[in-house]
Amino acid sequence: MFGKLTLDAIPYHEPIIVITLAVVGLVGLFVAASVTKMGKWGYLWREWLTSVDHKRLGIMYIILALVMLIRGFADAVMMRTQLAVATGGSEGYLPPEHYDQIFTAHGVIMIIFMAMPMMIGLMNIVLPLQIGARDVAFPFLNNLSFWLAVGGAVLINISLGVGEFAKTGWVAYPPLSGLSYSPGVGVDYYIWALQISGLGTLLTGVNFLVTVFKMRAPGMKLMDMPIFTWTCTWANILIVASFPILTAVLGMLTLDRYLDFHFFTNEGGGNAMMYINLFWAWGHPEVYILILPAFGIFSEVISTFTGKRLFGYKSMVWASGAISILGFIVWLHHFFTMGSSANVNAFFGVATMIISIPTGVKLFNWLFTIYRGRLRFAVPVLWTLGFMVTFTIGGMTGVLLAVPGADFVLHNSLFLIAHFHNTIIGGAVFGYLAGIAFWFPKATGFHMNERLGKAAFWFWQIGFYVAFMPLYVLGFMGMTRRLNHTDNPLWEPWLYLAAFGAGLILIGVVCQLVQLFVSIRDREQNKAEGDPWNGHTLEWSTTSPPPFYNFASTPIVEGIDAYTTAKEKGYAGWRPEKFAPIHMPRNTSAGILMAGFLTVMGFALIWHIWWLAGASFVATIVTLLVRAYDDDVDYYVQPDEIERIEGSAAGAKVAEQV
Amino acid sequence: MKDRASSLVRGGILLLLTVVMAGCKNGVLDPKGQVAADVKSLIITATLLMLIVVIPVIVLTLVFAWKYRASNTKATYTPKWAHSTKIELVVWLVPCLIIIVLGTLTWRSTHELDPYQPLKGVAGEEDPLTVEVVSLDWKWLFIYPEQQIATVNKLVIPAHRQVAFKITSDSVMNSFFIPQLGSQIYSMAGMETKLHLIADEPGTYDGFSANYSGGGFTGMNFKTDALASEADFDAWVEQVRAGSEPLNQARYEQLAERSINHPVETFSDVEPGLFTSILQQYMTMPSEGEEGMHGMEMHEEASTHGQESADADKQHLAQE
Repeated sequence: MFGKLTLDAIPYHEPIIVITLAVVGLVGLFVAASVTKMGKWGYLWREWLTSVDHKRLGIMYIILALVMLIRGFADAVMMRTQLAVATGGSEGYLPPEHYDQIFTAHGVIMIIFMAMPMMIGLMNIVLPLQIGARDVAFPFLNNLSFWLAVGGAVLINISLGVGEFAKTGWVAYPPLSGLSYSPGVGVDYYIWALQISGLGTLLTGVNFLVTVFKMRAPGMKLMDMPIFTWTCTWANILIVASFPILTAVLGMLTLDRYLDFHFFTNEGGGNAMMYINLFWAWGHPEVYILILPAFGIFSEVISTFTGKRLFGYKSMVWASGAISILGFIVWLHHFFTMGSSANVNAFFGVATMIISIPTGVKLFNWLFTIYRGRLRFAVPVLWTLGFMVTFTIGGMTGVLLAVPGADFVLHNSLFLIAHFHNTIIGGAVFGYLAGIAFWFPKATGFHMNERLGKAAFWFWQIGFYVAFMPLYVLGFMGMTRRLNHTDNPLWEPWLYLAAFGAGLILIGVVCQLVQLFVSIRDREQNKAEGDPWNGHTLEWSTTSPPPFYNFASTPIVEGIDAYTTAKEKGYAGWRPEKFAPIHMPRNTSAGILMAGFLTVMGFALIWHIWWLAGASFVATIVTLLVRAYDDDVDYYVQPDEIERIEGSAAGAKVAEQV
Repeated sequence: MKDRASSLVRGGILLLLTVVMAGCKNGVLDPKGQVAADVKSLIITATLLMLIVVIPVIVLTLVFAWKYRASNTKATYTPKWAHSTKIELVVWLVPCLIIIVLGTLTWRSTHELDPYQPLKGVAGEEDPLTVEVVSLDWKWLFIYPEQQIATVNKLVIPAHRQVAFKITSDSVMNSFFIPQLGSQIYSMAGMETKLHLIADEPGTYDGFSANYSGGGFTGMNFKTDALASEADFDAWVEQVRAGSEPLNQARYEQLAERSINHPVETFSDVEPGLFTSILQQYMTMPSEGEEGMHGMEMHEEASTHGQESADADKQHLAQE
């Protein structure tokens, strides 16, 4: 009846897990009780959970990312404290059984359920506004994508309390992740969490590509698109090209584990090297999917806060394109040590280094955007400057790792860990945090608390150096990754220092949570206008927050920086005599239902509850069919309704210009 | 802002220096063999080359940010200036030049440091000591085919003589690594990888698995004793041979069972062909014979069951 699932699957004898679950349960209960008390369930369902509005989906993506950031960061703190106490003969407080799940979960969560949703959330909020569109090309699909991401996140969190998570590292290399070496349900949780959320990501990629190609405001040529939209577009091209590889490789691993295939097993003619190649053929483009939109954010922030046009726009677009294409032909640098010949290794090493050329160009272009500008040190700018310094170091260590000879001693060492945190935190995460600080007033209509924002930046920035520079040292000292405990007195001070750095970052995260709370509490005093930063691009031409239809009339676009041009030529805030009706999509519950059924299917497959898997799959298809035959999916907002909404907003706009 | 920023840079450079100095003890920057020494100088050269771009970028970031701050109204302000062919040329060309130099260095060093190639111009160039390495859950088995002895979790080699490692796994993937001697290479079931190292100084060096392999991974380490002379090594071999326990198939199967923090063991005799049988047990098509077996090396650029190829890399095969 319940497959492999029994009560023994709940680790009630593990105090750490039980306490975690209790806290999570209490928070959940508190949230549910508050919503009930305010009578907001109906509002939540109608206006948010079933919403197809890209801005609301974007906000929900970011909430998901922040929740998962806390989960992933808790894992990080546990790892650092374990390694700080487990020295000199001590085993620490986390035995391998538990510790190995934590480092696997940390990697999966931070990449797939923190960075990706944060990136996709920002793209959702900003991209349609930047190109003057009313929504994305496929609003229902967008809602489905979001709920698929949530479904994956739910599965990975269920694994905490029911069964176990993978003990394989986030790459889940076979044969370790095969049935003979990982007979438990951990790897199955990994597979289905990634498959379900990966499907959502792939759909997002398709959706936003069509949006960019088909829904730009009249007059906006491709080479007029704002730079953030461009970098997202490159990232979406990478998503569409690379995520199917992940789907396929996980599919093969599934066949190995469920149907006794031998793609990657030791015996039966299997070959684990094929998994490793395919995994990184997705995994390497994936890191560029994370970083390219961040590059776009830095470009927007720098050109806005210097009050200048972006230096070398075309260079930036083509540099991003070069990074995307080259990002696809360097995957082998993740395993120079697997025995490829010197010719192969040298080719991939040199190809990897070539990526540093367009990346270097980008850095110089940001520098020359600051040059002869008027830089205002707002919070987004702090993140950007922090990035430019930090990421340069991460880039340098990355190129060093791309030299196969050097990689032969640095591979899998803490030097590598320091490197990719240097680029992912110092690059992608700093970028998203800059983006959140930058577009928060646009999305919500009020500003974030500046002092707490600055405090958060400094704790993150200094904490980053204190936490990760020691790892470079430890890498040179020969410490490899994923050790459970160490016994080398020379390493101890560096391990303590790294744990201290994690503590500083923790203070930074707390500052951000408090900042969020304070900003929401004081929202009435800190109302934001439509264009609080004197922006260049179309998202600043509408109100903050924008009305659900984004623009009352289709924006006019002349060249790059359309809104700056409009302000200079004096037609910003222009409105027609009479509004035309606006065609809008209706909200739908099909997305949350389908993703919900697929999540149940994933859970059933993990536990081999075959009837439930079959039933929930059928339910998914039925929901899709019902939705497909539903003709009532859109409506028109009538001119008098627009007039009523714009009436108040336009008043604000006029006041702003006087 | 400026003070904090510049102190940050100073801190960064200081940290980098500390990195280099701290790494000078027992790590990859404290080489005790030719390979490790070559890698160390490669790391230093490559880093210095990159600093040519990295330092100006960091310094310019902070200088420009400070100089063109909004409150400094004396600085030039050119809001519409967004293109300069000269600057664009420079920012593309400088990184290109550095990558051309670094790329050349990479191409050459990758071939020189190819772990499959026997080391040139060292003692034992003609007559390397062969050690067969098997990674097991969770310990290392070292078979000395010429001496017909074996050890577990302890590697003993003579200093000043090249060692040719043939490496496989009878479990999941691991990586065989002795940082102070140089490169690492993966161990994989059903496949043989190769590594050539030499110890230029007698001493005891840490070795371990550098690829996570499951619950007992942390304990999967061993000491490498590089003995001062061939005579010392021969004496050690005799001492092992004097032991009473041979390693036959049955004993091997017992050894291959999972164990954590496995103690050091020595075996006075080894069944001939044990390594080959470990390697071949996963082959499903015995008709392909031994050649198909060794063809598993990707080094032949034939992904799996490669045949003798006539390409330039075939010296790897000649090692057989």
